[in-house]
Amino acid sequence: MKDEPKMDNVATPKKTHGMLKPKRPTLSQRNDASPEKNEQKLAIRLEDFNAYYGEFQAIKNINLDIMARQVTAFIGPSGCGKSTLLKWINRMNDIVPSAWAKGSIRMGDLEILKKQTDVVSLRRRVGMVFQKPNPFPKSIFDNVAFGPRLHFKIGKQDLAALVEWSLRKAAVWDEVKDRLHKSALGLSGGQQQRLCIARAIATGPEVLLMDEPCSALDPASTARVEDLVYELREQYTIVMVTHNMQQASRCSDRTAFFFEGEIVEEGETEQLFTRPKHQKTEDYVSGKFG
Amino acid sequence: MSSSSVSETGGPNFVRPNFPVKSSARSHRNQAIMVSLLIGCALVTLGTTVGIIYMLIKESMGFFAGDDINLWEFLTGTKWSVGRTQGKFDYGIWPLLSGTLRITAIAMILALPLGLVTAIYLSEYAPKSVRAILKPTLEILAGIPTVVLGFFAVKFITPNLLAPLGEFKTFNATAAGIAVGILCIPLVASLAEDALRAVPRTLREGAYGLGSTKLETTLKVIVPAALSGIISAFLLAVARAIGETMVVALAAGSSPTFTMDPRGPSQTMTGFIVHTFQSESVVPGTPGYYSIYAVAALLFLITFGITLIGQIVRMRYREEYN
Repeated sequence: MKDEPKMDNVATPKKTHGMLKPKRPTLSQRNDASPEKNEQKLAIRLEDFNAYYGEFQAIKNINLDIMARQVTAFIGPSGCGKSTLLKWINRMNDIVPSAWAKGSIRMGDLEILKKQTDVVSLRRRVGMVFQKPNPFPKSIFDNVAFGPRLHFKIGKQDLAALVEWSLRKAAVWDEVKDRLHKSALGLSGGQQQRLCIARAIATGPEVLLMDEPCSALDPASTARVEDLVYELREQYTIVMVTHNMQQASRCSDRTAFFFEGEIVEEGETEQLFTRPKHQKTEDYVSGKFG
Repeated sequence: MSSSSVSETGGPNFVRPNFPVKSSARSHRNQAIMVSLLIGCALVTLGTTVGIIYMLIKESMGFFAGDDINLWEFLTGTKWSVGRTQGKFDYGIWPLLSGTLRITAIAMILALPLGLVTAIYLSEYAPKSVRAILKPTLEILAGIPTVVLGFFAVKFITPNLLAPLGEFKTFNATAAGIAVGILCIPLVASLAEDALRAVPRTLREGAYGLGSTKLETTLKVIVPAALSGIISAFLLAVARAIGETMVVALAAGSSPTFTMDPRGPSQTMTGFIVHTFQSESVVPGTPGYYSIYAVAALLFLITFGITLIGQIVRMRYREEYN
């Protein structure tokens, strides 16, 4: 924990755009703000957002506010557009040739959907954790160091400190500290996924997108990742897609229920699960379909 | 309908269809026949390999059985004049071996980078339309008869490309090396491309998700992830170049020279075998005749060794993705 302020100094962005200067508050600022946690800050605002794959409209006219330093869960049956939406927040859909979107996704002053938006610095600010753990076939250290080496002018010592900090933060340090220079592919699935989380937070993102991060993990590993998600929300805005409704109710603050490309209901997780306003939500969270 | 009772609704009832049951003995017999057929086909390959190795060993034993020939001189000698002067001859393999190595090195300097870059372009960058043209073109290049390439080396590469650069002989190692390189490009490109394409999509996503550009993703994640496949593609190309015969027989000349000069003629091991086999001066039973087998055996050992290393690299360094 004591390393954190240092990290904020180390993480000097290499590729700064005039308009994209990191706006992330330092830790001390954050701590000052924490007593008034109820005063929620807006992280990302989606307005009239529509997404398509060729002719097919995957998301229909969504309006949604994602709050800073909270876990927002997207739930809904397969094919309802929740993963598509997640991938638009860091423009991962750019690599899908048929995908296009209209409307607005704003993060602070940055309009994410704009063509000129620099996806390299966007993705530094909006990290992503994938469904299947996807460590690179490199050493554990090199996996975590990958993002920092891309984005920062960083010395050897600082890099080592940043890697250690990230691995600690992702609750995997104790398991890997003796084998940092061994291949990451030798880790268990759960360890790999926590490594991928460490890799994602090493670039100092404000937002973490998680696309069903536990769907390929066993129950014990799932519990560890869920605990981690819960802790990480102190410093990161987390948006998580999940198929698992218990998971959404266990570790999210707010939940959005998607159905056929639309948000049926969005609200405090507890309210949405216990007193849903819509019949469809109630049917889904009670397991009547999905 | 005759074989089934009638259901309540009047239609046929197939809950327990009572058609005559086929004897399963037939299926079992067919199965047995197929399995022995398959084993037979597999044994043909194995038998051929064993047969060739046996022949090479037996005949090269004939070479080393000669009074004034020993293995050490064969492997270390730098003079080779077998089959030219009957009765008195030198049989140090190095002039031939160095010819082979020289031409292989030139070929690889050309084929490895070009093949790899082509593979990277094809697998990561090429739009569908370009790929649709480039892939078949590569296949055509791979399908050009080697004798044509040999011709091309003598009649085009030497006079047009090399002559302006220096004193190249009509038959020289450089032209032959370039032609062998051209021959190996499609091989390297296609095998390396397979290796690159086999890298899971999730790794690409991971790299993009961290803010890599396409180039960074390719060079820092995809190529390292495919490295074992790329190296084994390289080694296969080396083995191919060492074994290549027609191009070097035509374009590299027929004088075994122990030199580093790539401008002069240089006979390779394969070239020697071809030239000697054709020449009438070689009488079965003479050392000149047996030397063909000794050279062939060494050639086989070298290519076998490289193929083996390629296999080991692939096994050992293959990344296991779950």
